[in-house]
Amino acid sequence: MRRLRVLAPMLLTAMILLGLALVPPIAGLSGENYTIDVFTRIMIFAIAALSLDIILGYGGMVSFGHAAYLGIGAYAVGILAFYHIDNGFLQFAAAILASAAAAAFIGFVSLRTSGVYFIMITLAFAQMIYLLSISLSTFGGSNGLNIDVHSKFLGLLDLGNPTTLYYLVFGVLLLFLFLGHRLVNSRFGMVIRGAKSNPRRMATIGFPLLRYQLAAFIIAGVMCGVAGALLANQELFVAPAIMHWTRSGEIMMMVILGGMGTLIGPVLGAIVFLLLEDVLSGVTEHWQAVMGLFLVLAVLFARGGMLGFLYRLRGGRSGA
Amino acid sequence: MPEPLLQVTGLVKRFSGLTATDNVSLGIEEGELHAVIGPNGAGKTTFIAQIMGELPPDQGAIRFAGEDVTRLPPHLRSARGIARSFQISSIFPDMSACDNVALAVQAHAGHSFRFWRDARTDPLLRAPARAILDSVGLGERADMPAAALSHGEKRLLEIALALATRPRLLLLDEPTAGMGPEDAAQMVRFLSELKGKMTLLLTEHDMDAVFALADRITVLVYGRVVAGGTADEIRASAEVRRAYLGEDDRA
Ligand SMILES: Nc1ncnc2c1ncn2[C@@H]1O[C@H](COP(=O)(O)OP(=O)(O)O)[C@@H](O)[C@H]1O
Ligand SMILES: [Mg+2]
Repeated sequence: MRRLRVLAPMLLTAMILLGLALVPPIAGLSGENYTIDVFTRIMIFAIAALSLDIILGYGGMVSFGHAAYLGIGAYAVGILAFYHIDNGFLQFAAAILASAAAAAFIGFVSLRTSGVYFIMITLAFAQMIYLLSISLSTFGGSNGLNIDVHSKFLGLLDLGNPTTLYYLVFGVLLLFLFLGHRLVNSRFGMVIRGAKSNPRRMATIGFPLLRYQLAAFIIAGVMCGVAGALLANQELFVAPAIMHWTRSGEIMMMVILGGMGTLIGPVLGAIVFLLLEDVLSGVTEHWQAVMGLFLVLAVLFARGGMLGFLYRLRGGRSGA
Repeated sequence: MPEPLLQVTGLVKRFSGLTATDNVSLGIEEGELHAVIGPNGAGKTTFIAQIMGELPPDQGAIRFAGEDVTRLPPHLRSARGIARSFQISSIFPDMSACDNVALAVQAHAGHSFRFWRDARTDPLLRAPARAILDSVGLGERADMPAAALSHGEKRLLEIALALATRPRLLLLDEPTAGMGPEDAAQMVRFLSELKGKMTLLLTEHDMDAVFALADRITVLVYGRVVAGGTADEIRASAEVRRAYLGEDDRA
């Protein structure tokens, strides 16, 4: 029983990752790129959701402005491309630095508060960045910015090829899952878990919490910034809408839907959320209402997200 | 005379109109077991929270080991050797008992900007954590989720967390709170073993426990110190009051 509870997440992770690895060859049989594009987008949002889960699920920091980093990463690529700097290493470095700087500033201010104030302040900062992007008329303002070329990696990768882009995104997702796994089980990970579980006790046993929470906040921001840089490459377009607060809400829903405080949960959540959106929007124009209903049911009946639901089916107890 | 390990002078804490700590001065010598007693609402928990640095006093000073710590945050007082336990167990319920204590060990094992090694298999954290769990009698429970421990076991884990920081001064807020007589007696035995190994400041309701353990006692009522002295002196005065005035020593 215990072994099963340890093995089940690993098995599920392996199955999901194997499935994702096989999407291009299987989708390629029909000779069209639609499915590959859909799953590229899913994995990009899986990275964003995973990054949010590190601070939300493990660290208990309910950041309601996570889409801001998606936007910052995407605009870093878009703006450099606008000035004909198409070197991918430079573009991704810019995305990482810009999202790190933004997360450092936002975290430094927001982490002084907690509870609903923290939610409101992170939301307010994201909204400010959203409005800022609208005011940048040089870069298209609210109409957005077309990107002429993909990031160039010394001719090693042609991101214009959907399969190449797919496997780049897949590789980044794998890397972040692995790094995330090390992080949440390291000493650092124990500190942010403790800060979620009982912050008062953490202080009295001797931890200066703020610096660890801020570091986690920056790490999550950077991971999401990388997702944004990948999204810019997929869409060859970036607009303020990428940072709209509803987008932050969607990323959070993916985390909650899949299972907070697990690494594969947000990936599962992104897959289900975006596939459902894709299917429902083709069936009915009221798809958002149906989606909302589904989410409410998921939250009510699947405590611990779908992952928690799956474990209860198998073992009778939550696997959180 | 050298300065006591802990020297509190003129401490005042007000909560909108109510004075929970009213000009309290108190010195605690190294190695002493000092009890603060008083009825519910006397201000014992508030006093402990100020020594730990969780609550800022409105007036007064706290000196520890010759240093003014009045403005230091809890984590820096922890680094200087002050630890506390809580009246209502304050543990990490979603972690195992061993994870709980290992976290407290980790807090005093250098910085935690370590992102790579699995903390749960790190012998530098696990070995001391298991030793401390053994010493409080929770060795068998190490891998249980803390939430699943019995009330008495949670009280012991609570103290194990504080001990894992290897304190010079241990503040214990009603260590026997909510315990049955058997568990309470076991706790008193455990505390008498701790006595002499470090300086202890404890608050208690249970008078028998206090008289059995304490070197010196301070009586707090409505935030004010109304009596202080050796256990014998306080016992005598309490008995005198009971005998001649018909008063309960707890009020
Ligand atoms: N955070 C607070 N805000 C307002 N009043 C408080 C607070 N904490 C304690 N008090 C009040 O201060 C007094 C002392 O409380 P406390 O220190 O918990 O006493 P004890 O531990 O001796 O039972 C009580 O009257 C209590 O209601
Ligand atoms: Mg109390």
